[in-house]
Amino acid sequence: MTQHNPWPEEGNTGHIWDDDIRELDNPPPLWWMLAFYAGFIFIVFYLIYYPAIPLANSHTKGVAGWTAIEEYKGDFQVLNDWRERTFAAEEEQLRALDVTEIIEDDHLRAYAINTSRVLFTDYCMACHGAEGSGNPNFPILANDDWLWGGSVTNIKNAMVNGLMGNMPARGMMGNLSDEEVVEVAKYSIALSEGNADAEQFNVGRDLYNGKGMCMACHGPAGAPLAPNGSANLANNINRFQGVPDNLQASRLESYIYTIKYGVNVRDGADFLENTRRAEMPSFAERLPDADVNIKRLAVYVHSLGGGQ
Amino acid sequence: MSEHNKEAYRPNIHTGSMLDDVKVQSKTLDDIGVEILPVHAGGTIHAKRIPGRFRTLKWIAASFWLLLFFGPYLRWDGRQAVLWDIGSRQFHIFGITVLPQDIWLLAMILLFFALFLAAATAIAGRVWCGFFCFHTVWVDIFTWLEEKLEGKPAKRIKMDAAPFSMQKLKVKLPKHLIWLFIAFMTGFSFVAYFTDAFDLWLRLFYFQLGHYEFAIIAVLTLLTYLIAGFMREQVCMGFCPYSRIQGAMTDTETVLPTYDRDRGEPRGRQRRVKPGEEAEPLGDCIDCRMCVDVCPTGVDIRLGQQFGCITCGLCIDACDEIMTKVNKPKGLIRYAALNEFAGKALPPIWRRPRVVVYSSIMGIAAAALLWGLMNMSAMDVTVLKARAPLFVQMSDGSIQNRYEVKIVNKTNDIMRAEIEVFGHDKILALPDRVAEIVPGNVATVGLLIRIPQESISEVSTPITVRVTDLNNPDTVVKYQSVFHGPG
Repeated sequence: MTQHNPWPEEGNTGHIWDDDIRELDNPPPLWWMLAFYAGFIFIVFYLIYYPAIPLANSHTKGVAGWTAIEEYKGDFQVLNDWRERTFAAEEEQLRALDVTEIIEDDHLRAYAINTSRVLFTDYCMACHGAEGSGNPNFPILANDDWLWGGSVTNIKNAMVNGLMGNMPARGMMGNLSDEEVVEVAKYSIALSEGNADAEQFNVGRDLYNGKGMCMACHGPAGAPLAPNGSANLANNINRFQGVPDNLQASRLESYIYTIKYGVNVRDGADFLENTRRAEMPSFAERLPDADVNIKRLAVYVHSLGGGQ
Repeated sequence: MSEHNKEAYRPNIHTGSMLDDVKVQSKTLDDIGVEILPVHAGGTIHAKRIPGRFRTLKWIAASFWLLLFFGPYLRWDGRQAVLWDIGSRQFHIFGITVLPQDIWLLAMILLFFALFLAAATAIAGRVWCGFFCFHTVWVDIFTWLEEKLEGKPAKRIKMDAAPFSMQKLKVKLPKHLIWLFIAFMTGFSFVAYFTDAFDLWLRLFYFQLGHYEFAIIAVLTLLTYLIAGFMREQVCMGFCPYSRIQGAMTDTETVLPTYDRDRGEPRGRQRRVKPGEEAEPLGDCIDCRMCVDVCPTGVDIRLGQQFGCITCGLCIDACDEIMTKVNKPKGLIRYAALNEFAGKALPPIWRRPRVVVYSSIMGIAAAALLWGLMNMSAMDVTVLKARAPLFVQMSDGSIQNRYEVKIVNKTNDIMRAEIEVFGHDKILALPDRVAEIVPGNVATVGLLIRIPQESISEVSTPITVRVTDLNNPDTVVKYQSVFHGPG
């Protein structure tokens, strides 16, 4: 900065660098100043009209009573009204028709599937995984292993009524010893691996068909004769994974645990502490507008890859 | 040409800095900030209009824009010939219908014209700016009207300076009304390419325009009026990026309107020589400033190449006329390349690297466009693989993957799309259905694919999904996807 000012007339502030770079004191353009003052006037009305000034525990509410959430709700209402108007015919048909009829109609089926994704995410995904990919000890919906039947009506009924299977601990009569449980478990695994006729499984086979009376529910070859909630032992899809404190436990350990403690075994009104728990609750009360929404979810679940 | 002068025209000197010709002893802001840029800073430019070769050429080039106004009324097959139907996502150009899936063709068109612009600039400077640019053309029309309605530049300058009066209003009002009408027609015609033009007129007169239509027409009308009527050359100088990048797009082989400094300097008016006195050694430029007076952007071409010059050639017309009057050869200002002044021969156009590179890219874009138009498939297929779960095991031990097949019908007939899958000898494909697809629509078909677990060894097996239109079995589209398994 220099004290000598070679440009006294141009209205600079006297701040000069490098001989000729200097700070001028020019006013902003008129339009800019006008906009600036207009901004002042505007903000007065804004402060009165809208919630604006933060107070200790609250804030000024504004004379219009405007809030962001109310505006959002209003907009959402507009969207919902539009949906109701636009898809009134489809919704009417979903309400009137049975799921078996809905699934036959290409348009309705697509509509049901597209309107189900959010519902599925909200109500079903926590247990059954994204797009029915399953979770440990919660069934995969994308395959065709349906313990309670895989037709769209079966699926709908499961959601309406809920499901809870039951498997007694240590065989039907509860009288299998620890050694016998292991033999039955080995035989059950052999059923799915296709070598159940081997001599080494003779003990297990006899227990399965005799003392344990497993075949009564699981069927003579491991496959239930009709869907009754019992696991299909003839395929490689396991209903339960691992043991409660170790999901990585071997298949044999898992089978042994299940046979030992059963599934949903009660002592009076309470479940036994170690028993496997498996329950699909009823959604008739949990879902909003369950009448229609269960139908569309049934169509969606049926489309995930295993519907029959 | 003397050796010294050749040196002066060495490209790097001539295309260097305007500072060469401007006195900058004084370092006040005005001098370093404004005057070194040879731009007109004295209010509205009232350029003289004189007839000439380039004037005629400008009119011919400008008439190209009449297409904008008449285009929307052309019909083809019972609908508007050129219609950018955004609502139904279909773009009609005469017989061709382009759906959003083929929008890459638009990229090719843009690439072609961008390179066309670059190539034209490399050969002959800003021919776009000078002759075709809508801004140049609209300003030209607006100032032509101004001259017809308000008189010659001298008269207009006088009237602009005069205080407001009824007389002044009477002269000015018709001009502004006609300007506004042209501006409105511009905005309206633009919008008419996006919706049926006749219907748009009808709705305009019934006051039933949509919000967007009304807003776009209003904004374009206002902008055209303001920009072509008032902003004029300021748009070329201050808004348009093209003037700033032209220095990178031209070279010493580009022909541009250039002032022949060797011939013209020293400029000045030749005084009558008294007997016995020696004539002043003056160049051909008589410093009549006619080239500046006719310039629509108000630049002085004698300062050399500059960003304010839109290369419209009007100064050439003006200078040629003056040279004829003073009995000197034409061409003191002429289209010439810097190398010509330096005494070098210009190589033929096809030997210039810029031109060759630009044209090859143009050629590729044009070929891609042509290929795209000829091979535009009637059907568009996308196969989306479900990601959750990647695969599941079925009760029979096979591995299943789920897909969604999206099929777009780009024809005008109903399609029945059948899906087949190849890629593995034990593959089992279970599509939802044979989809019936209405013209211009998309069908989503669920697809399940199963392969026995023991016969897949890879985590990921490539598969091919083939979709056939049963109504027209020639229409077959294949899509490559993958099948995931436990490996």
